[in-house]
Amino acid sequence: MTRVSHATLLAGVVVAIAVLALLPRFAQPYYVTLVLPAFAYAIALLGFNLLFGVTGLLSFGHALFVAIGAYAAAVLTSKLGVRSFEAILVVAGIVAVAAALPVALLSVRYVRIFFGILTLAFGMLFHSFLFKFYNLTGGDTGIRVLRPTLLGSDFKDLDKTAFLIGPFYYACLVLAVALAFAMWRIVHSPFGLHLAAIRENPRKAEYLGVRVHRFRLLAFLISAFYGAIGGAILAVNTGQADPELAYWTHSGELVFMTVLGGFANFFGPLVGAFTFIFLKSELMGATQYWRFFLGVTLAVIVIAFPRGLMGLASDAWKKVARS
Amino acid sequence: MSTALIETVGVRKAYGDFVALDGVTLAVAEGETVAIVGPNGAGKTTLVNVLTGLLKPTEGIVRFKGDDIAGIGPVRLAERGMARAFQLVHIFPALTVAETIAVAVVSHRRHGLKTFVSLRRDAALWDRVREVAAIFGLDGKLDSEARLLSQGEKKLLDIASAFALVPEVILLDEPTSGVSSGDKHAIMRTLIDAARRAGVKAILLVEHDMDLVAEYSTRIVALQGGKVLADRTPDAFFSDPEIIAAIVGKRVGRLAQDTRLPT
Repeated sequence: MTRVSHATLLAGVVVAIAVLALLPRFAQPYYVTLVLPAFAYAIALLGFNLLFGVTGLLSFGHALFVAIGAYAAAVLTSKLGVRSFEAILVVAGIVAVAAALPVALLSVRYVRIFFGILTLAFGMLFHSFLFKFYNLTGGDTGIRVLRPTLLGSDFKDLDKTAFLIGPFYYACLVLAVALAFAMWRIVHSPFGLHLAAIRENPRKAEYLGVRVHRFRLLAFLISAFYGAIGGAILAVNTGQADPELAYWTHSGELVFMTVLGGFANFFGPLVGAFTFIFLKSELMGATQYWRFFLGVTLAVIVIAFPRGLMGLASDAWKKVARS
Repeated sequence: MSTALIETVGVRKAYGDFVALDGVTLAVAEGETVAIVGPNGAGKTTLVNVLTGLLKPTEGIVRFKGDDIAGIGPVRLAERGMARAFQLVHIFPALTVAETIAVAVVSHRRHGLKTFVSLRRDAALWDRVREVAAIFGLDGKLDSEARLLSQGEKKLLDIASAFALVPEVILLDEPTSGVSSGDKHAIMRTLIDAARRAGVKAILLVEHDMDLVAEYSTRIVALQGGKVLADRTPDAFFSDPEIIAAIVGKRVGRLAQDTRLPT
């Protein structure tokens, strides 16, 4: 397998960041607001894919942690009067890791479908909690998320959209780049190598001295942290945290996006997040049967391009490089 | 005799009414290559699993370097210095040869929890990986994915990764199974040579091929019906027709099974 050189990779990343940084200057505000959930999902999926693509554990309940991040933002801004976005991120991350610990302790002993079903069950448990404990969570209407401050600045002179596609957009871009870099380091560290060994053959990994359960647990906690950061961004963007965020279909969307982009590639989930958001938006505008077309897309991807869009891209790149 | 690296005293392992091991007492000292032989169902696999801390014996003691290792599991066993290579090849299909060996080097150095350190820039790690690969003749294949290797190379990679743990004792479970008979001696020579170079103090060998047992072991432990039938040097072993009949005579049945299903 030929691998793309580091220089090419770096160049691609720099171009992508530059385009995203300049986007608010030349794109319509509507498209810029679409990039915000794409940032949110990109971050959440970086975590999700540490568990799925790297460690080999497919969680069907990962929206649980996205929802925790969203509700952390909601409770802090609406109920506790904490407006600092930095504080929201820290609290969201800590709460998600704390919540993930018992879930992970119970789940990481299982693999494949058993792991998937367990995480699905925990996701549904949390969804029903959000739904039923009206006084605490606002039930089906959820809780409003008020505009946060960024580094202490509240941007009072900007209206809602201007705030979102201005300062908040750049805050999310910085966050996404920083967290993607951190994840790159994790995946390419000795720790990441051991996770890959666990994915490939847990029994062999054990005999080579890899503490399989402990490493799966750590991967789970990291992925929960990333999920919550994504959830906090998502909630600020929509101004709302509601139980749908924890619903199993939302977990399904996370899986969809990752498969769409390609779980075997580091950048797959990022590409998947952006493609999904724009695809969904275009389809929703074009037809009321958008779910049908999304379903068809997923079926085609899984059958014809199991390595996702990044798999396609790397095959195309290889052809170009060869000729 | 010097102090034992591994010893079992009266090990019994029962599964309900079935007794797989019945009072097995043996010791392996530094410098030895002990072959464990016996007909199918004699308890070899159970004994190996007890010796590697995977199974807790129903009764009896298992010690490694003087410490009780009954049921401690593969990870802690690896940390204490015993490595195991399986009868069936165990590889990481999508990892390269270099990455596979690196997994073991990383755990040997206790670097597994280094989360933000660059693996690629760890020159000492890759030097060590190349060194281990060279011993097993895999240095030309460092960047090949393990799944693309030949059967013999997979076997060598499996064993090479175990050696990368720098074990004091290595347990080889039919290291030449699935390898063409012409290559068997070459692989065994590589293994014995690698063990000597890597500073392995003792080798436990489970093997059906009596030629290999005769040539490479320094002592033979023969099991039958969960009991130690004989524990002697190869010369004494092969000069006893009764033992040969009990152990080797039944190999025909085992061979017939082997062709049916590579267990």
